[in-house]
Amino acid sequence: MKKISKQFVASPYLVWAIVFIVVPLFFVLYYSVTDANGNFTFEHILDIVKYKDIMLNSIWLGFIATVISLVISYPLAYIMARSSANVQRTMMILVMLPMWMNLLIRTYSLMILLQDTGIINSVLSFLKLPNVHMINTQGAVVLGMVYNYIPYMLLPLYSIMAKIDHGLIEAAEDLGANKLKVISKVIFPLSLPGIASGFTMVFVPSVSTFYISKKLGGNAFSLIGDVIEMQFKASNNYNLGSALSLVLMFMIIICMAVMNRFTGDDDDGGVLI
Amino acid sequence: MKKPILFLAVVFILCSLFAVNGLAYENEEFYSGAEKGEVINVFNWGEYISDTYEDGLLDVNKEFEKLTGIKVNYVTFESNEDMYAKIKNGGASYDIIIPSDYMIERMISEDLLISFDPETLPNYKYISEKYKNMYYDENNSFSVPYNVGMVGLIYNTKLVKEEPTSWKIMWDEKYSGKILMIDNPRDAFGIAQKLLGYSLNSTDEKEMGDVAQLLIDQKPLLQSYVMDEIFDKMESGEAAMAPYYVGDYIIMKEVNPDLAFVYPKEGVNIFVDAVCIPKTAQNVDAALKYINFLLDPQVALSNALYIGYATPNTAVLEMEEYSDFASNQYLYPSEENMPDTEYFHNLPQESLLMLSQLWNDIKVAGNSITHIYVSFGVIGAVILIGAVYSTIKKKKREYWYDHCE
Repeated sequence: MKKISKQFVASPYLVWAIVFIVVPLFFVLYYSVTDANGNFTFEHILDIVKYKDIMLNSIWLGFIATVISLVISYPLAYIMARSSANVQRTMMILVMLPMWMNLLIRTYSLMILLQDTGIINSVLSFLKLPNVHMINTQGAVVLGMVYNYIPYMLLPLYSIMAKIDHGLIEAAEDLGANKLKVISKVIFPLSLPGIASGFTMVFVPSVSTFYISKKLGGNAFSLIGDVIEMQFKASNNYNLGSALSLVLMFMIIICMAVMNRFTGDDDDGGVLI
Repeated sequence: MKKPILFLAVVFILCSLFAVNGLAYENEEFYSGAEKGEVINVFNWGEYISDTYEDGLLDVNKEFEKLTGIKVNYVTFESNEDMYAKIKNGGASYDIIIPSDYMIERMISEDLLISFDPETLPNYKYISEKYKNMYYDENNSFSVPYNVGMVGLIYNTKLVKEEPTSWKIMWDEKYSGKILMIDNPRDAFGIAQKLLGYSLNSTDEKEMGDVAQLLIDQKPLLQSYVMDEIFDKMESGEAAMAPYYVGDYIIMKEVNPDLAFVYPKEGVNIFVDAVCIPKTAQNVDAALKYINFLLDPQVALSNALYIGYATPNTAVLEMEEYSDFASNQYLYPSEENMPDTEYFHNLPQESLLMLSQLWNDIKVAGNSITHIYVSFGVIGAVILIGAVYSTIKKKKREYWYDHCE
C-alpha cells in the first residue's frame, strides 16, 4: 500500500518527465537517424565531422566560462557561508537579483554596454582615455556566459559550504594545520560535491548557448548552439539539427563523467548527475 | 448601491460614444458578422505594421479588433525561411502570412496556400495595376500585395568619406569590423551574385560556389550578420555600412541624419511582399476581412508612413500626408534614376538544398582553433598526471598502513 501511494505522489512529475523530456528525446533520436523522407540513415550523425571544430570551440569556451565562474564564486561562497545571517540574506538577494530579469534582456544590455559606441567606451572617450574594443571577441562571449550563469555556480557552492561543520575546521587548527592546510585538506575536499554540481549547472548551458554568442560574438564565433538553431530555423533541416544536438548531448555527458571521476567519489547528495 | 451602477452606465455610454466617434473605414458592413470570441492569427515580419497611435498613426491591429470584434494574435518572424519552416512543419496555424515574392511562388508550388478571389474584397480596387498578375501569382489568386521595396546600401557619411557606387565597398578592408551583412541566404547571396555579374536566380553550381567563396572571403571583415538589429547598429553609428531595404533606410535617417543611401551600379533586388492565407488557416473568413482592412486607405497610409516601404496602394500615393514619401527619390525613383533591378524567383529543390548547405558553410567558416587542441591536450595531460600521481600516493599510503601494524 505504502509503495503505491509513494508512486502516486511522484506521478505529476513522472507525467511531466515523460511528456516533456522522454518523448522529445525520442524525437531527437528519431530525426537524427532518418533523412528528410523518413528513411534510416547515419549520414547526419557522420556529418558531425564537418562541425567538430565548432563543437570543440563551444566546449572550450564553456569550460573557460565555468572555470572563471568557479574562481570568482568559490571565495565568495566561503565568505557568504561564514558571515552573519543578515549579511547572508542581503548577499543572496544581490546574487539572485539579476536572475529576475530575462536572459535575453541581460545579454542585449551587455551588448549595448560593450559596443564600440557603447556606454563603457563613451565614458572612456569622455575621460579622454583610449577606447577598448570588446564586442565581437571571444572574451565578450565568455563574459556573457559568466555573467548569465554565475548564480548557478554560487548557489550550490554556498549551500554546501554552509553545511560544513565548523568543528572540523577547529579540530584541524587544534592539530596544528595552518590556514592553507585547512583550506586544502578540510574545506576543499568537503566542498567537492558543490563544485561538481556548480560545474554541471554552468558548463551545460554555456556549451549549448546560442543567443549569447550571436549577440556578443558577432559573426566570428559561432558556437554549436548557433549551428543547431540555424538548422531548425533558416535551413529547415530538422535531421541535421537533431543529430548535432544528440552528439552534443553525448559530448557533455562524457565531459561530466570525466569531471565526476574527480569529484563524485564521495557519496554525498550534492552531486547533480 | 445605486451609485456604482450609475457610474458604470456613464462609463459605458462614454465608451460607446468614443467607439462611434472612432475613425470611419470604407465598407464597414464588410467587417460585420464576427462571432463572439473569434480569433485571427497573424504572422508577419518584425517592424512591419503600424502599432502605435503616435504621430497621427493608427495601431492597425487594435483598430481591427475594435471594428470587427475579432481578436488579433500577432506574431513576427525574421526571415522568409524561418516563416516557411514554421508553416511547413505544421506546429502552429496562422490565418495570415506576409511572405516575399519568391517564397510565395515556392509555397504555391508546394500547395501551402489557400486560393481566394481578391476581387471580392471591396478595397482591392486600390491596388495598382502594376502589381497585379505578378510572376509569382499570375492569376492573382493567392496573394494581395502589401509592400514593395528594393535593397540598397546604407552607409554612414561620418565613417565612409567616399561616395560608394558599387557593392565592392563591402569587401574593402578599410572598413573591416564596421560592415554589417544581411542575415538571410537569398539577400546575402544576391549581393555577391550581383557583384560577380550573375543572375539572382542562378542555379549554376559553379556560380553558386563562387558566390559562397566570395561571402566567406568577406566574413573576416564583417561586424556581424543581422536583420532588424541593423536599425540599432546603423542609427548609433556602431557600424559604417549595411545592405538593407530602402524603406528602412528612410526610417533610420529620421533618427540619424548622417546616414546616406545608394543603389549600387551592379544592380539590386526588387521585391514585393504580399498577404497570403496558408492552408492551415483556421479562420479564412476573418483573414479576408483582415486583408481588406490592410487595403483600406487610412490603414494603408498608417502602414506606409510607419514602415516606410513603397506602397502598391494607389489611394495612399495621392494623400497629402504621404507627399514627403511619394516624392522621395530612393523610394520612388524616377525613370532615369531607376537602378538595375531583378526579382527573386523560386529555385528548384536541388538549388535550394545547395543554397542552404552553402549558407551553413559560410556561417561556420573561419573558426581557427589550433590553440584549442593544444589547450585540451595540456588539460588532458594534467588530468592524467594528477590521476597517476594520486593513485601512486594512495598505493604508497596503503602500503605504509599495512606494514606499520
